[in-house]
Amino acid sequence: MSFLTLKGISKRYGDFTAIEQIDLEVERGEFLSLLGPSGCGKTTTLQMVAGFITPSTGTIMLDGRDITHERPEKRGMGVVFQSYALFPHMTVEGNVGFGLEMRNMKRAARAERVAEVLELVRLSGLGGRYPKELSGGQRQRVAIARALAMRPELLLLDEPMSNLDAKLREEMHIELRAIQKRLGITTILVTHDQVEAMTMSDRIAVMHRGTIAQLSTPFEAYERPKTAFASTFLGKTNLLSGAVVRRNGRCAEVDVAGTTLKVPHEGRPAQGDVNVYIRPEKVRLAGVDARASGCITTRVFIGNQWLLQVDTGIGRLSVAQPNFGAPPPEEGEHVGLAWSDDDLRMLEKEKPDGHA
Amino acid sequence: MATLDHDRAGAAPWLLSGPALLLFGGLLLVPLVLTLVLSFHAFSDSQGTLAAYTLSNYLKVVTDPYYGAIFARTAGLAFAVTALCIVLGVPETIVLARMKRPWQSVCLLIVLGPLLISVVVRTLGWQILLGNNGVLNNALQALHFTSEPIRLVFTMTGVVIALTHVLVPFMVMSVWATLQKLDPQVEWAGLSLGGSPLRVFRRVVLPQILPGVLSGSIIVFALSASAFATPALIGGRRLKVVATAAYDEFIGTLNWPLGATIAVLLLIANVAIVMGCSRLAERRFKHIFD
Repeated sequence: MSFLTLKGISKRYGDFTAIEQIDLEVERGEFLSLLGPSGCGKTTTLQMVAGFITPSTGTIMLDGRDITHERPEKRGMGVVFQSYALFPHMTVEGNVGFGLEMRNMKRAARAERVAEVLELVRLSGLGGRYPKELSGGQRQRVAIARALAMRPELLLLDEPMSNLDAKLREEMHIELRAIQKRLGITTILVTHDQVEAMTMSDRIAVMHRGTIAQLSTPFEAYERPKTAFASTFLGKTNLLSGAVVRRNGRCAEVDVAGTTLKVPHEGRPAQGDVNVYIRPEKVRLAGVDARASGCITTRVFIGNQWLLQVDTGIGRLSVAQPNFGAPPPEEGEHVGLAWSDDDLRMLEKEKPDGHA
Repeated sequence: MATLDHDRAGAAPWLLSGPALLLFGGLLLVPLVLTLVLSFHAFSDSQGTLAAYTLSNYLKVVTDPYYGAIFARTAGLAFAVTALCIVLGVPETIVLARMKRPWQSVCLLIVLGPLLISVVVRTLGWQILLGNNGVLNNALQALHFTSEPIRLVFTMTGVVIALTHVLVPFMVMSVWATLQKLDPQVEWAGLSLGGSPLRVFRRVVLPQILPGVLSGSIIVFALSASAFATPALIGGRRLKVVATAAYDEFIGTLNWPLGATIAVLLLIANVAIVMGCSRLAERRFKHIFD
């Protein structure tokens, strides 16, 4: 049995359904991300795990124990909040030691544990400061230290990096992941930042409109998205509208604006109208072996890559070309594009009332 | 274009703050200075205010136990009202803050509504409620809790009750402001760290609304120490506080210098206590709040 199990969890506010029948299993020691745009229900899910709100239906099991209706203060989970929610009237030591104090730990043992955790998040020597006197990054470390001080079995992170600048955020991704691995602590991260989710997670649950659109490893989620939402939310992609003409053993032949593309159907009963996807970095500029050709409408240099938009017969394609040193053709020039059939993905068009 | 260039600012700051300064100077500063000057004038029963200057008014107020009792009574009243406003106002605000919408707005209006009614009207209302033949006493006797009316009008108890009612909205507003600034996640953080709701309230929420309680207390204290209408109407002519004593000197005995002296002493005492408290608060909360 999994360490944490959510079974049939829903949350309704009057007529509004925030969460619709979620099932989720988290293994011991796993780092799982709930990834999605704002309003997708990821924070609500986390708050139900933490016990701040009660689910309308379903059960939450932690280590074989039903905690659906257990008070948050009895759950013993470490929570890091988006605002950090530090206690402004207490020093760093007071903040980090608060959980231990609530458990009536002796002063000496408490001080020892606080020092230990502060060292873990590299804040030694700042124990006497007040939150106001710390930088944003330091405050976040205090929030993490405070959650870790109780040695919780489950760590919940609610968009903890969203108030940090980009560079610091990248550092914290690596550092937090390292701490999590070292302590082997089961962690759930809520984020809208796909890079963050990919960098840190063992598995990603892509959430959309109160449901889980996809649950898989970061690589699987990026390479083989199972829903239209997952394929467009995780990274950039080119979407081509077409119709299946024929289904072969491995491929489906899809007609896209008069051109036939061979798309692996991966055993799915592909027929009728479909969307064909290809990632910009899987499209390359080509000469004789070009599969499509067109005119470059925009060309942008972002350092490691060139981003091109090419108007072709099958639609406008985004192309990401690594910076090999020589610049690609200029805007307005004609280029050929090529790709491997294996890099094409296909999903049935969803109903208008669906999540397309 | 606006710049931060000091040299070019010229007369603009003065002109812009001119109307406010004029109002402040004309309506507050000048009368205050005149009152201060008046308090040093000599007074004779037969000739009224004299041109000569003297310290005898101050000596009289400071040494005469009659005035001492009035000042002590006022201080007691102010402290009692402040304490009651804290005891009633803080929980009231916390309950209000937790209420769901439409009800929250409705209740807030009920709490702050009395501010829209004249103090005199409200105080007369209390007189009807608290009087010997008032609603409260009639009810108590009808229910056989007491056999004769409890004297509330013309007593300190009555004044404290009425003044608390008048001033509690100020405490509510002040605490409300700090509660609104409180990060709602802070409470959750306390819970997630294993604190019971009561402990979280005591260790996390209460310390953070303390500045609001303190500033509310300062407002309530200053207003109740200088309150006039409520003590005059509920306390009557016999149960004097400083403000009514000053009034009586001005209007009753026509001893203006003595009235001015009492007023100046009240002002000094009030400013000293209020400044002391806020200085204390500033030092205490300096490195905690922005």
